[in-house]
Amino acid sequence: MDIAAPLLIGLLTASGVYLLLRRSLLRMLFGLILLSNAVNLLILTAGGLTSGQPPLISGTETVMDASAANPLPQALILTAIVIGFGLIAFALVLVYRTYKTMGTLDADAVAAGTPRDDS
Amino acid sequence: MSDLLVLPVVIPLATMVATLLAWRAIRLQRILHLIGAAGLAVASIVVAVSVWNGGIMHLQVGSWSSPFGITLVADVLSAAMLVVVGLTGAAVGVYAVGSIDGERERFGFYPLYHALLMGVSGAFLAGDLFNLYVWFEVMLISSFVLLVLGNETEQVRGASTYVIINLVSSLCFLAAIGLLYGLTGSLNLADLASRLPGVGEPALVTTIAMLFLIAFGIKAAVFPLFFWLPASYHTPPVAVSAIFAGLLTKVGVYALIRVFTLLFTQDIGYTHTMLLGIAMLTMITGVLGAAAQFEFRKVLSFHIVSQIGYMVLGLALFTPLALLGAVFYIIHHIIVKTNLFLVSGLAHRFGDTFELKSLGGLYRSKPWLAILFAIPALSLAGLPPLSGFWAKFVIIRAGLETEAYVAVAVALVVGLLTLYSMTKIWNEAFWKPLVSADRTSEADSERAVNEGLLPAPSLAWTVTPVVVLALITLGIGLYAEPLAIVADRAADELLLPEAYVEAVLGSGVAENQSLP
Repeated sequence: MDIAAPLLIGLLTASGVYLLLRRSLLRMLFGLILLSNAVNLLILTAGGLTSGQPPLISGTETVMDASAANPLPQALILTAIVIGFGLIAFALVLVYRTYKTMGTLDADAVAAGTPRDDS
Repeated sequence: MSDLLVLPVVIPLATMVATLLAWRAIRLQRILHLIGAAGLAVASIVVAVSVWNGGIMHLQVGSWSSPFGITLVADVLSAAMLVVVGLTGAAVGVYAVGSIDGERERFGFYPLYHALLMGVSGAFLAGDLFNLYVWFEVMLISSFVLLVLGNETEQVRGASTYVIINLVSSLCFLAAIGLLYGLTGSLNLADLASRLPGVGEPALVTTIAMLFLIAFGIKAAVFPLFFWLPASYHTPPVAVSAIFAGLLTKVGVYALIRVFTLLFTQDIGYTHTMLLGIAMLTMITGVLGAAAQFEFRKVLSFHIVSQIGYMVLGLALFTPLALLGAVFYIIHHIIVKTNLFLVSGLAHRFGDTFELKSLGGLYRSKPWLAILFAIPALSLAGLPPLSGFWAKFVIIRAGLETEAYVAVAVALVVGLLTLYSMTKIWNEAFWKPLVSADRTSEADSERAVNEGLLPAPSLAWTVTPVVVLALITLGIGLYAEPLAIVADRAADELLLPEAYVEAVLGSGVAENQSLP
């Protein structure tokens, strides 16, 4: 179990980096999605994968029970997911706009700047 | 008193909401925009004055005590940066009113502009790393939209590089945050500073430091991570590229300075030597890139890169004098670089192009513009008595004191090459006669008819901020002492992180810390 999470993160990162190195902008975007998932899992794993109780403080207590799980990594990941979602959504629209304007998704052609004639 | 610290974030937020509510009323949006920009400038000055008089300020948001809640901290460095943000935000804001076209105004330029300012101010105030990440993202997403707003082919082209590289940088930052949390159990900067020395895993800490170096290095556009900057900064309208040029990379430099003075000082021999190499290569590649360009804003964009090298050099030398120089340099650079971009916009207005080859004769037709260009340009190159001279002088002197002679030589040569680039712009745009004699006036009237959107007093709107920023440059140059004193105190605080830690955590809170 302990080895599974790092392996999964490694696999996601490797695939993400591979996709990021492709020439198609859409594949780069997919690479970013995989990478951002890898990073989210990394936070969870680095924060400690423990099977604890739900982190709730009962009415009479003032501190959390020692057996409770650490809620902070999850709070961080939740924020990161929301932010990542917004950024990826924007990037997807940008890729679409790039295709509409340039007529291609090839990174080299986009950088060389040969817009489609009929646009 | 410390509640003041929310103002630099809340004022842009309120302005953003107000301008969004006035979506269809462009005139009202402009007024709200100007009020908001002026309000931010005033608020940042108020914060700075109280930090100066009362020492490091911090605010525990929602009264959750540090290190558990969100903390906003302002030391002298943050406060000084906030003031510069306020000033340039107001100056470019005024310029934008006179130069942004109606189409962009209708599609939310003003709300986005204030979202950007909010992100930048928030980043300077953030007291923990995750908060810093969130402010980076606020800044990033608004900069994405500002960059492509208008949807011109050039903009879309530059944007894909910018967006993808910056997303990669954010992911590096987030991964570094996750690992650092796993190692120490905290993300509060002050708390981390007190915990990191006790972690006892120098190799792991240095690895994380390198991840931060990559993440902030991309934002700051240091060598070899700078390619996105010259690919994109010349594409949006001038007001947008001016505020980007002034502020965005400097947030990266600020973050580098913050983490490499407060957190990662356990292996200075390794990390700061690496920074020294990066600084030198950044200076050289930036200035050589600029020498090869003949587009007004591309030349300026490459110069951002080379100037970032000087700031990182100040951090890498890591002496009180060098950090003083770095802080001084950042402040000087934001004002000068913003102003140069604004001047490029004025040149475009009269010559109708950014291509230096096609510009010309501006010295003859608009001598005042030539002077307004000469002040920031010579300041950027570091000629006395302008602000850039003192900034370079302090950093080079610090280099001599630490016997980093190679870095000093590089800094001097790069200064000379900067002068070469500025001379090139001067020769091409201002000095040489215009190729086709009556193009200027023709283009002027043609544009005025075509666009018909610019209000009549727009020239005053665009010239005033340039004059004000040029006067500030001149003022810093002629009377550099007050800024030097501020930078000196900021450097002292940076080299004594204990004061920062104590101010944020207090002496009593430290005992209540939970174990990781």
